[in-house]
Amino acid sequence: MRSIVPVLTVVGVIFALWYAAAIWLNAAWAYDKAKRADVALSTSELVADTWSQEKPRLPAPHQVGAEIWKTTGAMVAKGRAFSKRSLIYHSWITLSATLLGFALGTGLGILLAVGIVYNTVMDRSVMPWVITSQTIPILALAPMIIVVLNAVGISGLLPKAMISMYLSFFPVVVGMVKGLRSPEVMQLDQMRTWNASASQTFWRLRLPASMPYLFASLKVGMAASLVGAIVGELPTGAVAGLGARLLAGSYYGQTIQIWSALIMAAALAAVLVAIIGVIQRVTLSRMGMA
Amino acid sequence: MTDKQAENTGTEQTVILAEKLDLTFQTNDGPVHALKGVSLDIGKGDFVSFIGPSGCGKTTFLRCMADLEQPTGGTITVNGVSPEAARMARAYGYVFQAAGLYPWRTIGRNISLPLEIMGYSKADQAERVSRVLELVELAGFENKFPWQLSGGMQQRASIARALAFDADILLMDEPFGALDEIVRDHLNEQLLHLWARTEKTIAFVTHSIPEAVYLSTKIVVMSPRPGRITDVIESPLPKERPLDIRESPAFLEVAHRVREGLRAGHAHV
Repeated sequence: MRSIVPVLTVVGVIFALWYAAAIWLNAAWAYDKAKRADVALSTSELVADTWSQEKPRLPAPHQVGAEIWKTTGAMVAKGRAFSKRSLIYHSWITLSATLLGFALGTGLGILLAVGIVYNTVMDRSVMPWVITSQTIPILALAPMIIVVLNAVGISGLLPKAMISMYLSFFPVVVGMVKGLRSPEVMQLDQMRTWNASASQTFWRLRLPASMPYLFASLKVGMAASLVGAIVGELPTGAVAGLGARLLAGSYYGQTIQIWSALIMAAALAAVLVAIIGVIQRVTLSRMGMA
Repeated sequence: MTDKQAENTGTEQTVILAEKLDLTFQTNDGPVHALKGVSLDIGKGDFVSFIGPSGCGKTTFLRCMADLEQPTGGTITVNGVSPEAARMARAYGYVFQAAGLYPWRTIGRNISLPLEIMGYSKADQAERVSRVLELVELAGFENKFPWQLSGGMQQRASIARALAFDADILLMDEPFGALDEIVRDHLNEQLLHLWARTEKTIAFVTHSIPEAVYLSTKIVVMSPRPGRITDVIESPLPKERPLDIRESPAFLEVAHRVREGLRAGHAHV
């Protein structure tokens, strides 16, 4: 209960600022219309107009809310949840690429981290490339990945998932290298005194010790995966997915559609990260570490 | 020396034998002589303390016995074989300065960790865990996590872990160094009981003169630069030692000799 009040306060402030900004940004168009119709606008009429334009510079929250409802709940009510006009359909397209990319990225990240920790050659050679990979703007790289994979006959889900993977493996590598190296020298010496094999040391010491680091990385990786999937949808010609909705919205000046897709993406990311948070809490408390 | 040992322990069997042991670390500031010409034998059932200022090589010597450091000269054998072979045969339990319990394992599962690694059966593991917990007076704490225990209890759990498998040698590197005086007294007393019951050979590194004199049948005084042995004192104290033995004249005499040895070591610097 104590945490509800501050949260609601912050949300209230954001909404107030949002409505105020909508008046400010959309007023010019409202005056323009009034001037052409040759009528004078009262303050209340001005406010009402700025909050209900069809293509506002900044749509008001209730407009975005109505659009989201129209493309999700209302579609479900009509039994058309997966029609092409439904935001649920587009979210699902993006989500599937996100999850596949996240799984691939996590797997790749853990494998690379194990290699880096156990192999000096990999430690020296791979890590610089891992860091370099993240300095290339993903927006420049995404179309090339799509085109190259398309040329070898791979299209659809996988190219987008590859872009997700490209963004999400990085935090996992960095976090897991740190996590796998987190056992103290003393603990490693101790394993040696028991004549433990390398695999026993890995499974019983290094891997469990890295869990808190892994979960922190997974949260960052999950958010990065979603960004990757959306970016991957942009150069495909905006067929389906939240990225496609963003692109189509910007082609046709449908700001309300852009904002509803944005909010949907943010909500999706929040839910995904929260799910990892729950898994983290359950896992670590069962391990006695939380 | 061997004769006196025989008096103390009733046996002449040598467990650890070091002859002219050297260990030189190459550092950026030139070579550091951690050990130079260290010779010592430890008999079966002995309780040997190593005492000396920081940098005298007492921990390094212990780590050589455990095959955690490689000597650069001389010979050392443990149970008649090389330290490496002894380590492979799991001949010793090693207790570090920090308890080093795994936070994600309960006390019971921490103690069974070496048993799992060594491939003991599940039933055997359970039996051994409850036996050693009894031995260090931690029965009933099997399902607690390490953070639920005090520092002294954690260190006792780590001793239990070193006792859980069949090693006749216990190597202890300042195991009570981080604990307060009262807890330390109590643990010293317990350790003596444990030693009497298990008849293990114990090598014990410490900073504390009273601790060394109270526990040991043999006190090895070391001095730094280069790390070497300056005195080996056979304790005349009886095996049965109540805490108030520390006020007896015999005790104070041994303590005095240890202090003299430490001072002499410093005079060389």
